[in-house]
Parts: sequence; structure tokens; C-alpha cells
Amino acid sequence: MPATILLVDDEQGFVDTMAKRLGKRGLKVFTAYSGHEGLDVLSSNGSIDVVILDVKMPGMDGNETLARIKIDHPLVEVIMLTGHATVESAIEGMKSGAFDYMMKPCDLEELLGKVGEAYDKKETHETKILEARARHIVLRRGD
Amino acid sequence: MSDSHYYQSLAKSMMFTIILVSIAPLVLIVLIAGHQYGAAYEEKVTAHLRELVLKHDQSVDYYLEEKVEEIRVLAEVFNVNRLRDPRELEALHDALVRGHGNDFVDLGLVNSEGIQEAYAGPYRLQGVDYSEAEWFRMARERTVYVSDVGPGLRGVPHFTIALRIKEAGRDWFLRTTLDFIAFNKLVEDIRIGQTGLAYIINKKAEFQTTPNRDMTGEVSFLQRFVKGMDSNGERVWGRAAITTETNPATGKEMIFVTSPIKNGDWLMVFQQDTDDAYAALNRTRNLALVVLLLGTLAITIMAYLMSRRMARKVEKADSAKEIMNEQVIEAGKLASVGELAAGIAHEINNPVAIMVEEAGWIQDLLEEGLKVDDNEREVQRALNQIRTQGTRCKGITHKLLSFARKTDPTVKFFCLNELVREIVELSEQRAKYANVIIETSLADTIAQVQASPSEMQQVFLNLVNNAIDAMDPGGGNLDIMTRLDGDDVAISFADTGCGIPEANLSRIFDPFFTTKPVGQGTGLGLSIIYGIINRMDGTIAVQSTVDVGTTFTIRLPAVKEAEGGACEIRLNKEDTA
Repeated sequence: MPATILLVDDEQGFVDTMAKRLGKRGLKVFTAYSGHEGLDVLSSNGSIDVVILDVKMPGMDGNETLARIKIDHPLVEVIMLTGHATVESAIEGMKSGAFDYMMKPCDLEELLGKVGEAYDKKETHETKILEARARHIVLRRGD
Repeated sequence: MSDSHYYQSLAKSMMFTIILVSIAPLVLIVLIAGHQYGAAYEEKVTAHLRELVLKHDQSVDYYLEEKVEEIRVLAEVFNVNRLRDPRELEALHDALVRGHGNDFVDLGLVNSEGIQEAYAGPYRLQGVDYSEAEWFRMARERTVYVSDVGPGLRGVPHFTIALRIKEAGRDWFLRTTLDFIAFNKLVEDIRIGQTGLAYIINKKAEFQTTPNRDMTGEVSFLQRFVKGMDSNGERVWGRAAITTETNPATGKEMIFVTSPIKNGDWLMVFQQDTDDAYAALNRTRNLALVVLLLGTLAITIMAYLMSRRMARKVEKADSAKEIMNEQVIEAGKLASVGELAAGIAHEINNPVAIMVEEAGWIQDLLEEGLKVDDNEREVQRALNQIRTQGTRCKGITHKLLSFARKTDPTVKFFCLNELVREIVELSEQRAKYANVIIETSLADTIAQVQASPSEMQQVFLNLVNNAIDAMDPGGGNLDIMTRLDGDDVAISFADTGCGIPEANLSRIFDPFFTTKPVGQGTGLGLSIIYGIINRMDGTIAVQSTVDVGTTFTIRLPAVKEAEGGACEIRLNKEDTA
């Protein structure tokens, strides 16, 4: 099952085209043009697995958005997207829980690979959680 | 032009200061010491002359008195009868000649009628009638009389001493003639310097001694001198009185030392040219003047050379400073360009990313085939987007290039509003990401200013960057305002940032003062701005409240319309173009 993705960037043209290309490759893509919008979309769509997040945005920037995502949706994986000048802040993002970072302009195949990895990681996490829950239920039964 | 004029006047003022400071004490010392020395020397000279004259008038008086006493002794020892005897008289004269050399030329006894009854001496004067002679009349009155010097009967200068003797109810007169040469020697030897000489005159200003140079030209003067002095006689006829008179015969100033002798009948005069008397003083004065002159000359030359050298050094240092300033400005500019470049890189990355994506999208569509759906239109749209983004890139690089050019310090007329717009455009992206809203309120009619546009560009960019940094976390508003304020064009940058603590306010324009962490700020920005604004005859002021915001206000002198024209015209042209 292919991943569901949220693209957050203030550059509308970039987001739209990227969404079309990813959609063509069978992914379900949501788009947002700012950090706030991204959080809203994330809240209203529980199926989103991976967020591709631009670091430098007016208003709420990438790092701030990342922090909010990690609080509200801890399982969602985030890939930071950065220009050269903000590599440092992307690394900061990694420290606060981003899955990976990519340089703009990015190679689509590479991005897909990263998305796949991120999706797998999320799946693993979710599976683990499910297993843990199952164990918990079994234990409660006390058989 | 004005620069070389400045250094010339600097050299001049230095030169005059050096000359004044060095020459003033020199002149002062020469004047004071010269005056003191002159006074002391004059005192010494006059004291010396006075001493000399006092000594000699005494010796002349003694000489005369001694001779008179000699005669008086003779008259008392010998009675008239013995004196009337030619042989006795002859013996007496011989004795006198033996004792006094040739002082006593002759000796004679004259009866009350003035007839010389006895005579001993080298002349044949037996029986001569002296009744009409001056000395004879005076001797009748005074008992003892010493005559003035005159040729007398014999035609040789001499003077006579006559003594009245009362015997047997009759008056007799013992007379002797004194040798003029011996007497003359007494005063002739008083000679000082080239012109100093002494002589004796009587009340009619007739010479009683022979001066050792021709003084006939001065007789009339001496007559006037003696008479004139008679009126306030105390000065001339007091002992060793000193007067300074201009001698009409020579036209030179002379010192006269006069002293009365022979109970005031005669006047001993010592005269000397002032120049001669004060020769040593004059020599010293001339020497001092020469030294002063040479000193002044040397000081002037030195001052001239030194001040020129100093001015050249100052000029060199100034030009070195100028070069340094330019380099510092260039360095500061590099720093701000670096800051700008970081923002620009991201800005350029965005359109590039879009282009890459669009290209990839076209590729995707081509793989699918153009005929499928409306893929052809989609490709057209993607190509248009690529063109749009390419144009955007071009705009960004052009903006960057316009700033990265070498700073051109050429001053020209230009409008601040245009520059503000340019800077706002350039900083917009950075401001956007820092959540800073830049607002401009530019006066519609604003005079042009005379400045270097590229330097002003740097000033504005620096201030905008500072403002954005000051509002770093959280963002804020930056208001840029231009207005005409009297004769100045004022432009203010008001931010709502963290503000500057009062303690730092006075230091923010100092070079290398920065509150940023090491490696993030050079501390040069504001000091460079300060230098640039100063050079353009403008001022920069800062107002700041911590946590409220900071306002920088720059004032530049407005260019009069006649010279530069108003800004509005050019702006309107641009708008319509």
C-alpha cells in the first residue's frame, strides 16, 4: 500500500507540480502552502504517513511546524526540504525528530526512496504499537 | 584643489605657531637684557666720566692753589724792599725754577700805578706799564687774582697770578707768569676713546687750554652752551654735571661733563661723542641684533621646512586613512553581501526547484504520450512556468549584481525614494522569511540629495539588515520614511525590534563594537555608515527603547531645485514609462 503524503511549501508552483508527479506514481498527495495550513490538513486527515516540509517559510517556519507535528502526530514521519543556506536548520530539525532532509531542488526518485523508507519506518512503529496493544489486551485477560 | 589648499593653510598655521613660539622669547630676552645691559652700561660710563672729571678739576684747582700759595709765601717771607731788588728777585726766580721746573716763567713786582719795578725772567719787561691790564684791575679788588689765558704782551699763551701786598701804606703787586704748556698738560692728557677730550673754557667760552684738535667750529656752540647753561646754571656749573647735547658742528650727539674750577671762573669741559662713549654698548647691541636676525632667519627657515614636512606627512597619513576607509567599507560591504547572498541563495533555489519539477513533469507526460488527455496543454503550461521562473531567477541575480558592483564613491544628484524602493525589493525575501513587514511612506515631493548612490545603497541595506536582525525571533514591522525637513532630506528606519540598551547607545558607531556572537557580526556596519554619512555632510541619529524598537534617522542636506531639480519629475517619468 503506497504512502499518503503531505507537501508543505510556500512556493505554490513547486507544491502543485510535485503533487502531480507524485500522484502519477501512485501516491496520495495532500498539499498545504504554509505551516498552519499543513497542521490543519494533518489534523483533518488521519491517513497521512509522511510530511515533506520546507524549512524556510514566512510565518511559521519549518522547524516550528515540525515541533507541532511531533507533539500532535508523533507517528507521522517528516522529511525536511531545504535550500543550501539553511542546511544547519535542517540538521536542527533532524535533532528534533525529522526523519531526514533533502536539498532543493531534489531528485524525485531519491525523494520517493526516502518517502518509502519513512513510510516503512512508520509502518514498523505502528505494527509495534499494535503488537504492544495486543499483548496488553492478552495480559489483561489474565489467561 | 580644496585639499591642497587645506594642507597649505595647515602648513602655514603650523609655521606661524612655531615662529611665534620660538621668536617671542628670543625677542623678549634681547629687549629685556638689552635694556638692562644698556642702562647698566650707561650708568657705568657716566660714573666713570664723572669720576674722571672730578679728579681732574680737583687737580687743576690744586695746581692753581699751589702756585698761588707759593707766591703768597714769597710775599710773606720777603718784604717789598727785597723784592724790589732785581738781584734778590732773580735769585728767588732761580729758586722757583729749580723747585718747579719751568712752571714759573718769570717773576715781577708792580707798584700801585701798574709799573713793573722789578722783573726776573727771560723777557725784558722791566718798567712795563700794566695799569690797563685786566689782572691788575682785578688784583686791586681781590688781593689774589689768577688771570685767564691770553697772549698778553709777549704774544705767547700764558696766564698770570697776581698778589696784592700792602706795605707802608702802599699797594704792591707781586706777579708771576705760569707756563701754559705745563698747565695745558693737566687737561690735555684726559683722553678717552676716539673723540673724548677735555679742555677748560672761561665764561666767555674762550679756550684756556688748547684742545688737541681744531674746535673753532664749535666755539659759537660753546658760547651758546655756556650762556644757555648760565640761565639754569646749576646743571652746568655744578660739579661734574652731565648733559647730552647735539653738537651743531658735527651734528652728532655728545656727552658733556662740566665742572667749575677756579671758583667758577673757568669751566672744565669733557666732551665725547655718544657713539664713541657707548661704543662697546653699541657693538654689543649690534651683535645682539645680528644674532636675533640670524636666529629669526634660521627659525623661519626651519619652521617653513618643518611645517611643510609635517603637512606632507599629515597628507600622506590622511590619504592612507582614506584608502583604509575605502577598504573597510569594501570589507563591510562584503560582509553585507555575504548576508544577502544567504538569503538570495534560498530565493534562487525556489524557482530552480520549480523548474526542475516542471521539467520532470514534462518528462513524465512525454513518457505517457502527448496525445493522451490534454497532456499537450499541460506541457505548454509547464513550459510557461519554467519561463516565468527563469525570469524570476534573472531578476534576483540582477538585483544581486547591482549591489555587488565595486563601491563607487562618485557623488551625484539622485533621489532617495528610488534607492529606498530598490533596497526594499532587495530585502523583501529576507524580510518575508524573518516575518518582518517592511512598510514605506515616501514623501511625494522630496528634494534630491547629493551623495554617492552606491554608498547610500550600502547604508540603507545595512540599516535594513540590522533592523531585521533586531526583530529576529518573532518578526515585526520596519517603517521606512522619507520626508523633507527644512533644508534637509530626512529618512528614518523605525523597527519594532529588541532595542538598544542605553549603555550601548553611545558606542554603537564605534568600529568593531558588536553585541552579536563572535563570527556573526564584524561591528563595522554602523561605523562605516557613520563615516559615509559624515562625508556627505549629513547626520545620523538614533533613538531606541529596549523591547519597543529603534529608529535611525539620517539627514542629508537637500539640493536646491535650481541645482538638481526636484525628484518628483524623474519619478513621474519612470512611472509613465
